[in-house]
Order: sequence, then structure tokens, then C-alpha cells
Amino acid sequence: MGEKKKKTVKAIKVDVDKCNGCRACELVCSAFHATPKYSSNNPARSRIRVIHEPLQDIYVPVFAGEYTAAECTGRDKYTIDGKEYDECAFCRASCPSRDLFKEPDSGLPLKCDMCEDDPPLEEPLCVQWCLHDALTYEEREEEVEEEEVKREEMEIGMESLVDKYGLDKIIDTVARMAKKE
Amino acid sequence: MRYAETGFNLEIDLSRGGIERVATDPRDTELYLGGLGTNTKILWDRVPPEVEPFSPDNLLIFSTGLLVGTPATGANRTIVSTISPQTLFMAYSMMGGFFAPELKYAGYDKVIIRGKSPDLVYLWINNDKVEIRDASHLAGKGAVETAELIQQELKEPKAQVAAIGLAGENRVYMASIEHGRSSASRLGIGAVMGDKGLKAIAVRGTNDVNIARPAEFMELCNEVLEYIPVRDQNPVPGVMPILAGLGSPKEMTVHDEKWHTENFMWGNSRVRRKGYWNEEVEKKWTESMENVRTRLISCYNCPMKCGAIISVPGVSTYMMKCFSKLTYTMAAFSDLDFGFRIAQRATEYGVDGFSTPQVMAFALELYEAGILTDQNMAGMPSDNEGRFYWLLDRIVRREGIGDVLANGTHWAAQQIGKGAEEYAHNNIKKHEQLPLKLSMLNPIYFLMYCTGEKANITQIEGNFPQAPFLTREEREEFVKDWIQVPDEKFKEYVLNWEPRGENSMPYYPTIEATCEIVDWQEKMHYIDDAVGMCAGLSSFPLKPPYHIHNYPAFISSATGIDMDEAGLTHVTKRNRTLLRAVNVRRGLRRADERPPEDHWKKRFPELEAQLLDAYYKFKGWNNEGIPTKESLQELDLDYVSEDFLQQGILTDNEGTLSKEASA
Repeated sequence: MGEKKKKTVKAIKVDVDKCNGCRACELVCSAFHATPKYSSNNPARSRIRVIHEPLQDIYVPVFAGEYTAAECTGRDKYTIDGKEYDECAFCRASCPSRDLFKEPDSGLPLKCDMCEDDPPLEEPLCVQWCLHDALTYEEREEEVEEEEVKREEMEIGMESLVDKYGLDKIIDTVARMAKKE
Repeated sequence: MRYAETGFNLEIDLSRGGIERVATDPRDTELYLGGLGTNTKILWDRVPPEVEPFSPDNLLIFSTGLLVGTPATGANRTIVSTISPQTLFMAYSMMGGFFAPELKYAGYDKVIIRGKSPDLVYLWINNDKVEIRDASHLAGKGAVETAELIQQELKEPKAQVAAIGLAGENRVYMASIEHGRSSASRLGIGAVMGDKGLKAIAVRGTNDVNIARPAEFMELCNEVLEYIPVRDQNPVPGVMPILAGLGSPKEMTVHDEKWHTENFMWGNSRVRRKGYWNEEVEKKWTESMENVRTRLISCYNCPMKCGAIISVPGVSTYMMKCFSKLTYTMAAFSDLDFGFRIAQRATEYGVDGFSTPQVMAFALELYEAGILTDQNMAGMPSDNEGRFYWLLDRIVRREGIGDVLANGTHWAAQQIGKGAEEYAHNNIKKHEQLPLKLSMLNPIYFLMYCTGEKANITQIEGNFPQAPFLTREEREEFVKDWIQVPDEKFKEYVLNWEPRGENSMPYYPTIEATCEIVDWQEKMHYIDDAVGMCAGLSSFPLKPPYHIHNYPAFISSATGIDMDEAGLTHVTKRNRTLLRAVNVRRGLRRADERPPEDHWKKRFPELEAQLLDAYYKFKGWNNEGIPTKESLQELDLDYVSEDFLQQGILTDNEGTLSKEASA
């Protein structure tokens, strides 16, 4: 078993009831990530998007998570308090099923980096520019179990598998398993 | 590279189906900035005075402002300009929301529409792809409904849509252009859109907007963003609630309507109901609003929540802002439930919430006076609220008496005759005004009412208090942190302005001070309208975050154009003077510059004449309100003075004789 280690978890808390739909978060995000910094802005490049349908009173700021090469087998659709949300509305993935969180020119995926900067910002900019606290920022320490990879042990196991099935088959299997995750 | 602006306009010829992307001259940006400034230049150049509002040669321009789409908080306005069918002068209604930023991200500063489509169409701008599409299936659809249908059929929920309703299609002079929580309502621009056969414009943009000096610009933006909550938490004491904070009047938040309901007029701007507001009314109205208001909402990149989503049971959801909350209610002597309900229908029809209720109240007054007869009103229900719905339906369809009323009170009165003119009593330049009747002439407001080019007081008033503070202490408190003044002398005007006695209205502020105050307030509006800033963060409230001292840095760091206070003042004066020139060329003269006769009970004809004389002179205009040749040349508007001399609008002996003029 690994040892307990401390890890900083950075979280943007989203209170959809407080969102006024101004999309300043989108604007400032894209400005921060422009090169040089703030030299341009373009919400289509933003790593946070406000899913909004004013007439249904739907305002959901969603910030970009992991890129996924394949879409889910099924889609999801939520109805909360009688309001039907967009398909996969709360999903943060940059996914082939939709045009969200992709560079408009290249199609390359976008991912929120919590405005990593040197020196570090107190809060990500979308949070700073949200004067209504629909977005707030939280940092907390969590204890996680550090998985120490005991290379020797693993290598020994792998070797025996390679002996049994051959290297190509092992690589295929690992690749297939990685895709499923 | 062009900064803050895109450097391209989209030219649409609806008669021929022409679509063209045209590069603009950067020199024009230096001279007129953008938005209203460059719109005015285009109208001067391309719409000669003989062109009628409903001519294919009239232009309808949807413009972004210069700072729209930059991170500057509140820079989101769409400035729509054309020739008004109602006033026959230039109309420049504006709207907030999300349309202008989207247009800029699509790669255009303006969409300039000319010609007339034989069939109803809509325009779809998707970055470089621009299409004129059939809209016959959208004929008669509501403005809000149309936006939804277009987003659905394009499968583009992120498209921003500006649309007209039935009123615009039928060329009603009060027709608005609706865009979600916003609308460009005044002066009948929706009618021009309808006349062109254009039901809507949908736009989607995914391009960059660039900034010339990013670090400097962002620092300014951050200062504004820090100031807004501070200012919001420190409302100005001693003024009515809606003027104490920032934003456009926060009618969607305020429950206390004592000031409006007791000081503004009910009906056809006639009846003042002192003592109307009481606990019972307050309770009922508070309930009414809380029952229908689901969320307070903002325009693009702005924290002010001036708008609201309104869901009235039984009818489709819409969005509302500002004073239209009360205009229908008060015109019909009804309550807020009625106001919210009829406003839903009015929004789908796409009509101006200022003029329309007054037109309906005017019709009922004419009916009571026997000028409009049972025959005119055949089929009208007997209850008051039912009558308003009935009239609204007739007006937007131009049916029966509705066809007459659809032209607004001025033109309707002319057509009806039989003394109806007396009932169209609340107009300036043929345009319905706020339902406000006061006692003592306010010299500042006198000049603003007379000379405001848009004939709408909210487009010229703002940074200077509307009335004197009661005590010296309050005044001292007010001027203490008043950094927005262009000059220290404005503080003196406030300090010395008394509610009574020698330094009170109408003779104080003095004529000279009055000219300066009006000029300053107007200047701020012209800057806002050129850069696309919401007046609610700049020219309209007291002590706003944007002012003459930080605007030049905003503009120069965003665009790279050198700009200081003197330079910006000069540009603004040029824009303002050019707009006057457009209207002068269309016949505007001193005789048109009058507030409604009954706006104040106590009038001072001699003083009023002196005020106008002094203000015209201050502005560099002659005694008819026409910019002189000298002042035009000083503003690099030689082409205007040449035109004026050629047309005989100016004669040589009014200006300095020049070689070009005598040649």
C-alpha cells in the first residue's frame, strides 16, 4: 500500500441561480489565453461556456474538462425543476458529439487550466470577473493515497505475460483497455 | 491589423440580393470613432435629404460601437440608424444584449442594408458565410418567437437574432426591433426594417477582436470592474432610488414605485395621481412582479442586472427592462398584472413601450371627447383593459382606426382633425415623450428637450443631478468624490444650486452654466453611442465608471489611435454637429426645437429664447440652429458647409467668405 500524501484540489463552484448570463467569464477566459496575453478575445475559444436558454430560464456555466476521442455510447438529458437541459449540458468534455471546447480554426480541444500563471493568480479570471458569485473558487487539501509504481514488480509480471502471449498482443490489449477508460 | 474594430462592413442590397464585404477607411475611425459617429457619416454621404424613409434608397444600418467586443465592461450596444418615418429626421435607436458583440466576432463593424426585398426575407451571417434566406414562413410571427424559430431552423442556438414582429411588417411608426432582453424601439426603425422586407438578422461569429495595447487596456477594464460594486454599494443619497445607483433604471428590481406613479402622468400623459402609492398597492405590485419575474439578467459582459425574464401564466415567456414595466399600466389606469400581461403581447408584436401606450390612451381620450366615434371604434370592448388589447391588435394590423393610430399621435391627429391636434400634446418633433408634466421650468431640461437630436430625454440627460439637493451639506457631500466632472466649475454649480431663492430655477444655473451642463451631458452620450457603451455605465447615471478622464485611455489603448480629452471632445463635437447637419438638411430649424407646451406649468418665454440663443452660439450654430461655416470647418466638416452653401441653407454672409464659397 502507498503512503498518504497531501494534494491541492482546485475547484470552481458554480451556482446557476446566481448567473446573470452576461458571459463575461467567456470573454475574459479567451482574453487571458490569447497570445500575447489579453491581445485578443473570442468567446468561441473560451474554456468556459454559459449554456443558456433565456426563455427556459436556463443558465449553466460549464468549464472545459478532458478531451475525449470518442463520444459516450449514450447521451444524457436532464430535467431539473421542470426545466429540460441541453443534451449533455453538464458534461465538461471536449467531445466529437458537439462543437463545445474546441478551437474554432483547428478544432483542437480546449481545457480549463485554472488560469495557470506565473506568479499564480489568486483566482481564475472567470471567477474574478463574475461579480455575482455564480462562480466561486475553492482550494482545499486532500489526502490521497500515493500509488507507488513498483517498477520491478510490474516488469516481472509483464515479462511473463509477454512470454505467454507475445508483445504485439499485449500492446493491442493495453491500447484497447486504455480506450475504454 | 485593425484593433477593436474589424475594419469591414457588410453591404446588403435587398433589391438585388447583393452581399458584399467592404473594407472601411481607418481615417474614418479617427474622425468619427464608430457606431453612431460613422453611421451618421454614411447617412450624410449616401442618403440625400429627398430620400423618403420608406424608399429603397433609405439605409438601415446595424452598427457595433468601437469598443464592442473588447473586454470593456458594458460595451455591447447595437446602434441602429436610418431615417425615421415619424419625425422624418435621422433615427438612431440602440439596443444592448448580445447582437453587436456577435456581429463583431463574425468579422463586421456594421451591416448596411439598402433596397427592398420583394418577399419577406431574413439575413443569416455566419462568419464569412452570409445568406439572404426566405422568411415567408415567419410572416406574422412574434419577434421573440421568430428568434427561436430561426435558431431552430439554422440549428444554431448560439446565433443572435434581431427581429421585427407584426408591427414592423406593417410599417407601424412605433415598431421596434427586438432582440431578446433588448430592443431598439424609438422612432420607428422597425417600420423601416419591415418596409425593406427584412424580418430578422441572425448572426454567429467565432473570430477574434484585437486590442492594440492589451496590458494598459486590461488595467483600465479592471479599474472599472472594481469601481462598479463599490459605487453600487454606495447609492447617491438624496435622489430617487432609480437614479441612486448604476445601470439603466433598475425597474426590474425596484418595488417602490411611489416616485413614478405619483410624479409621472397617467392616461394620455394627463393625470397626476398624488397619494396613489400606499402599502396595499405596494404589496400587490410586489407580488405581481415576484410572481412573473424568474431571473434578473444582463447584457453581454455587464454585471448590471437591468433586465428580467418574465413568465406570465398562460402566455409565452419574454424579457423586459426599464420603464416599459409601467407605461402600459399607467396609460390604462390599471395595475402591474395588466402591465406585464399586455407587454408580453406588445413585445411579440414589436412595438415601442414608450409611444404605443400613449397612442392608445390618446385614442381613448379622443373617443371620450367624441372626436373618435362609435363608428371609428366599432367592435371595441367596454372595459378599459380590453380596450387596450383591442387597440393594440388594431394598430399592429393597421386595421380600421388602427391604420391611423399606427402613425403615432402627431400624424394621427392631423389625419383625424376635428381638434384632435390638441390631444397630441406630448410630442417633440412629432415624437411621443415621457409622460411627465412639471411645475417650474428647469433651464437644463429646457435645452435638452429642445435640442436633443433623438427627441428623447434619456438620450441626453445624465451626469448632472436632475434637481438641486436640499441642503448645503448634501451638496458638499455629493461633490466630494465627484471625479467625473470635466471641470471643477461644475461642482460650484451644484454647490450653489438652491431649491428656492435667488439661486434657484429657472434663473439658476445661469444661462452660461446651463449651456455648459447640457453640453457636457450630451457629449458623454455621443461618446457612448460611438463606442457602443451602455449609457447605464456612463452617460446616464450620476458618478459612473466611464467618464471623460478615462475614456481617452480606453479608446487609445484599444485602438492604437492617439486620443486625449481634447481630442475626444473634438471628435464628439464633430459627430454631434454632423448629426445636426443631417437633420438640418432634412429641414430641422429653430421652430422645431420646443418642448411640449404643457411640459412645465411655469414658462418664461424671454428666458427660453435667451437660453436657445446662448446654446446655439455655444455650439457654433447660427440663430436657426444651423452649424455655421466656421464651426463646420473647425471640425473638418467642410463638405457639410459646402453643401449648405450650395443648397442655400447657409449663405455667405453668415460665415466668413471663403474662396470655395465664392467660386
